Amino acid sequence: MSESTTTEVIRTEGLVKRFGAVTALNGVSLYLRQGEVLGLVGDNGAGKSTLIKILTGFLQPDEGRIFIDGREVRLRSVSYARSLGIETVYQDLALVNELSVYHNMFLKRETLLNPLPLLNNWRMRRLAREYLESMGVNIPSVDTEVAQLSGGQRQSIAIARAVYSRARILLLDEPLAAMGAKEGSLIMNLIRTLKNEGQVSIIMIAHNYAQVLEICDRVNLLQHGRIALDKPAGQTSVEELTELVMREYRVGANQRQQPLAGR
Amino acid sequence: MAENVLSAPPVQTEPEPTPERPNPWLRVARLFLRQREASIVVVAIALIIYFQFSNQAFLSTQNIRTLSQFVAATAIISAGEVMLLICGEIDLSVGQVYALAPFIMYFANQAGLPLLVGLILGLIVCALVGLFNGLITVMLKVPSFITTLGTLFLINGLTLTISQGFPVLTPSEGLINEILGHASYSEIIWAIAITIVMQVVLSWTRWGLHTVATGGNLLGASEVGVNVARIKIGNFMLCSVLGGFAGILEAFRITSIDPLAGGTDIMFMAVAGAVIGGTALTGGLGTIVGAFLGTLVLSILRDGFTLLGVSAFTFDIILGAAILVAMILNVRLRLWREAGRE
Ligand SMILES: Nc1ncnc2c1ncn2[C@@H]1O[C@H](COP(=O)(O)OP(=O)(O)O)[C@@H](O)[C@H]1O
Ligand SMILES: [Mg+2]
Repeated sequence: MSESTTTEVIRTEGLVKRFGAVTALNGVSLYLRQGEVLGLVGDNGAGKSTLIKILTGFLQPDEGRIFIDGREVRLRSVSYARSLGIETVYQDLALVNELSVYHNMFLKRETLLNPLPLLNNWRMRRLAREYLESMGVNIPSVDTEVAQLSGGQRQSIAIARAVYSRARILLLDEPLAAMGAKEGSLIMNLIRTLKNEGQVSIIMIAHNYAQVLEICDRVNLLQHGRIALDKPAGQTSVEELTELVMREYRVGANQRQQPLAGR
Repeated sequence: MAENVLSAPPVQTEPEPTPERPNPWLRVARLFLRQREASIVVVAIALIIYFQFSNQAFLSTQNIRTLSQFVAATAIISAGEVMLLICGEIDLSVGQVYALAPFIMYFANQAGLPLLVGLILGLIVCALVGLFNGLITVMLKVPSFITTLGTLFLINGLTLTISQGFPVLTPSEGLINEILGHASYSEIIWAIAITIVMQVVLSWTRWGLHTVATGGNLLGASEVGVNVARIKIGNFMLCSVLGGFAGILEAFRITSIDPLAGGTDIMFMAVAGAVIGGTALTGGLGTIVGAFLGTLVLSILRDGFTLLGVSAFTFDIILGAAILVAMILNVRLRLWREAGRE
């Protein structure tokens, strides 16, 4: 384990997160290797989004340790996590409908007309246009309000925003949700491209096991706030993952029925 | 980078603009109406024409000065309210801060401090009131409608207590008084300058961008790393300071300081002006210039009806109806514009 630490960009040990009476994470230990795509699966409410929000500095864990590049860190804010090269595409995308595409892309990383404290809108507009074009993102104009874009376009903007800032670690929370087959495959292609370039290491949450197995190097299953399975994608299957999740569901259903049966 | 990795199907942003026979007038009109402030400019011009035809005195120098006085203080307060409304909050107490600030200045001056120092002290007190509003709202999660309703009574009581309920004469230091509201048009010049500066802050600075982001998507903005608490608290302070400054300008203009000045009247006028000018009460949308124009429309109505000799009671009925009509139009026009681009 100690020799592999050098190539691990993320390692967590025993992460615990409670929301009042709800224990969302109950000792999550996982790792992410340099250049790897890790698929994170689990039922709704398993704590996947919570885990991502901790790794991006948006939430603070109640217990547990986080190592980035082998060094223990306290991810106290989104800005600090970003300074370590961690970028996130949240499940809700975190786009502001009222703002243009380029203002969204540069939100919280605006370029200014130095020495004036004014926004350099020309530069941001140009950079956004160039970058989105180079990625093949098809939108009417970078001046368009985000409210007017389709689901796939919004997802593309959110991913482009995260990748643009030279992310080393990319956290994608359900990038394929609520998307048609065509738009979904476009996003899959983008993730594949990023993977082949090998610059970023990615944790991706998804519900479609087939897609996860297709694109990820390794799969982690989150259950009851813990990692219940950690296997290379080649050594597991849609059936195994489905079976594990369904078994939990059946156990849960049985437990709910038992008190009634006993009476 | 791979080619066309991300090309999602393009979404049409505009309806085919009447492809066969493009009526140029219609297109110009549509383009104009797509501007947020356009509808309100139309209303303002129509009102000016109407009142000028009804009474030649409307555009006289004398009346334009009166009109500018109606507009100035309210427009300054309105600028602050727009920033708050955009980030999803409201300040009901700004009319009371308006009355408090000149008293702080007055008492500081009575205590031997220069007038300008008193003015700054007054504004600092306003900033503290705003900080208080902001902290209660953001940290204790009390809706700002309630928080500032509380400070409304609190500050009003405070002003009445320190003034013992009596108006006082505004201290005079000659030039300072002239510049800060006493000279004709100096108040409206301040109002226009503040409108321009605040519009630049809103459209061209990080602060403005983050204010829109906070109101447009509170969770999203904070997920991206915007310090939404700071933005909100800062805008509460800004709104209070602008309210206090407007009160001080008015004190210099009318040369007396009244503990009952301002109040909910001027605050509601400012909020109504902002909303008529296109600011959404739901956050994320609004312009300072629009609020200025909205305030202008309200002032034209008030001044115009006064000139026509409409009684104060009738006037309130007409004003109320006008506000409702203007707001309904505002909402309809926005829906129309939004429908127009889908
Ligand atoms: N901010 C919050 N406040 C209270 N409970 C929360 C909050 N965020 C998540 N939870 C709870 O934590 C659990 C895990 O949620 P989440 O991480 O969103 O799951 P997933 O993304 O796997 O569907 C759920 O029971 C959810 O209700
Ligand atoms: Mg989730």
